[in-house]
Amino acid sequence: MADKTKLARQFIEAIPHARALGMELTEIGEGRAVIRMPYDDKLIGDPDSGVIHGGAVSALMDTCCGAAVMSHPSAPGGTATIDLRIDYMRAATPGQAVVVTAICHHITRNVAFVRATATDDDTDRPVATATGAFTVEKGF
Amino acid sequence: MTRKRPEPMQVVKQRRDAALNALVHGVPYIRFLGIEFDRRGDELTAVLNYSDDLIGNPFLPAIHGGVTAAFLEVTAIITLAWTNLFPLIESGEIDVDEIASGKLPRLPRTIDFTVDYLRSGLPRDAYARARVSRSGRRYASVHVEAWQDHHAKHFAQATGHFLMPPPIVGNGG
Repeated sequence: MADKTKLARQFIEAIPHARALGMELTEIGEGRAVIRMPYDDKLIGDPDSGVIHGGAVSALMDTCCGAAVMSHPSAPGGTATIDLRIDYMRAATPGQAVVVTAICHHITRNVAFVRATATDDDTDRPVATATGAFTVEKGF
Repeated sequence: MTRKRPEPMQVVKQRRDAALNALVHGVPYIRFLGIEFDRRGDELTAVLNYSDDLIGNPFLPAIHGGVTAAFLEVTAIITLAWTNLFPLIESGEIDVDEIASGKLPRLPRTIDFTVDYLRSGLPRDAYARARVSRSGRRYASVHVEAWQDHHAKHFAQATGHFLMPPPIVGNGG
């Protein structure tokens, strides 16, 4: 199983867009992944407040959910998003990193189901939550 | 009764394009993704200019699902803001010079956003158009579709709900 975790980590860190957003994989394994995205001016969606764009949070959510699927013991290979719903509870605090924790809570031969939560430094009040369905691929 | 003489075309185009440019280019994240908007009258088409940084699966290769979601969300927000702004710009209630100088109107805020991934995004430009299904005083519902080579073959679609900013008070208000 350690090889699988290593493979998933290499896969995530090789994603060009994940690099462009500065994503750092902090935890992965057993269908659970945690990815951190540091604050950056280029991610700003509201120039007046400096709050990052919802789209950047979506990209982080999508990446982290995919990582959780790939790290699941029953997942044979890669994955692709079928559907992803994101609820935005509040604006992320400008200057703070956003951390997403995703859990692949159920997987069948063809479909993986994932839940994710995004927080900033105030971990008690989520910034956003997501639910998604992902494909289960044989290879990468 | 004599009708008011129509404005010269350049004046109309310049005003509309200046307002749209300010709205789009004022947001750093839209610039980061390389999204531009084509305008025909009040109709907008978003264009995602391809770059290697947008790739999510280097083996296929395919555009990152998060990029697709962000592209759809940007298209929905800008189209929604533009739909509300357009009549105010045309009537002169909003001063375009003020917008162009950086005093941007507040944008709608996303409440929720649901993306359907229909096929993988190919490593090339993508286009999207949004339709405002309902725009109320506080809430709006928007549907958006994205395509690449064939307009009829969407590679993703999304529906989102948005919280509208407080209404803009026109001249003298």
